[in-house]
Amino acid sequence: MLKNRIIPCLDVKNGRVVKGINFVDLKDAGDPVEQANIYSDGGADEICFLDITASNENRNTIYEVVEKTSKKCFVPLTVGGGIRSVDDINRLLNCGADKVSINTAAVQNPEVVAESSKKFGSQCIVVAIDAKKNFDNWEIFTHGGRNNTGIDAIKFAEKMENSGAGELLVTSMDRDGTQVGYDIELMSKISSRVNIPVIASGGVGNLDHLVDGIKLGNASAVLAASIFHYGKHSVKEAKEYLDSKGIPVRI
Amino acid sequence: MNVTIVDYNSGNISSVINSFKEVAKDKVNIEVTSDLNKIKSSDKIVLPGQGSFKSCFDALNSINGLVETLNEFAITNKKPLLGICVGLQMFADLGYEETETKGLGWISGKVSKINNQNNKFKLPHIGWNEISIVKESKIFKDIEDKSHMYFVHSYEFVPEDKSVISATTDYSSNIVCSVEKENIFGTQFHPEKSDKIGLKIIANFINL
Repeated sequence: MLKNRIIPCLDVKNGRVVKGINFVDLKDAGDPVEQANIYSDGGADEICFLDITASNENRNTIYEVVEKTSKKCFVPLTVGGGIRSVDDINRLLNCGADKVSINTAAVQNPEVVAESSKKFGSQCIVVAIDAKKNFDNWEIFTHGGRNNTGIDAIKFAEKMENSGAGELLVTSMDRDGTQVGYDIELMSKISSRVNIPVIASGGVGNLDHLVDGIKLGNASAVLAASIFHYGKHSVKEAKEYLDSKGIPVRI
Repeated sequence: MNVTIVDYNSGNISSVINSFKEVAKDKVNIEVTSDLNKIKSSDKIVLPGQGSFKSCFDALNSINGLVETLNEFAITNKKPLLGICVGLQMFADLGYEETETKGLGWISGKVSKINNQNNKFKLPHIGWNEISIVKESKIFKDIEDKSHMYFVHSYEFVPEDKSVISATTDYSSNIVCSVEKENIFGTQFHPEKSDKIGLKIIANFINL
């Protein structure tokens, strides 16, 4: 039986991991290799790096981080943030990323998704959808949640599936950072409309939220950042909890 | 000993390279090349593959003499070869991804889309799934039955002779996920991305 995945997400800025795991015995809290190892040793099913580097001149640092991490990381590594073109994707894959997550570029230029999935295979193309509720609909936001495009999130999800996306990473902008739980309605709506796996993101504050994302939101995988970063829970604890609730996980 | 990872523009092979180098340490030389002479003289070959059956087979064919070299290595000289993902699928006679494409024909059978029972199962089959070991295979030495491996694929290899199947995985039906036929080995899952247990499979292949 296929297991539901737990994906810790690490923020990377200027080539260093920020907001990482809050363990005191780390030699260097910003070392991506060390942090990725802690997560994969703890049973993370996949590791996600989100590049939050603001300036263009520091963009290249993500490649070094990925290269260094992938040499010692033997679970899938997904990298997102600031990906603009097929060339960017090619470079990240060459550095050792297994998948890339595309957000703004997928909205502005959906051809990037079609072209890259054809070129590299849809297995490595994740489209990140940042959506915010507007009455009965959800609208897509780009540029790290700053720009409202007015595009309907559900329709966009279907379009991305048709363009060749292998997975959708769905983040609720309303819930992100609030720790009140995923937007279950959004997750389940998108999940029922597409036939590719959906990764739920945005709003996890406790382990029950992970359970809800899978059981009620029908997500194939759950992504979380802060509950793991601040030592509130380990990935192992999360998996044991999901297992106790009857959710199939890899233990 | 030389283990060669065949570099034929089959998509992203950096994780395959990283994992083999990690396992090999300094004891085994890991070469990444499309050079036919180097392939011929190596002791073992790894045939990776990502993307579609057609794109991978086209890529193999675009390197003059590569298919013949692989045939000589695996069929005539019977030296060990490991196919990963589409690398395994290409052992078949025929693939049906995009369009009907001829394969290497090393293990009779075809590669067809996973029957997902009218969208009851999402495709691609992505994530960690348990393998059921159905026959002893040299690459499964010290690997426990029901171990988890990382999968990502929408097509499955259906061999005619079921005795080549060494493991299956359950996703909508029993999917063939590992084969062994004499010196030819293949995994549908990605040992290079399957944590320590995956590295153990790679070590088993290197130590054959």
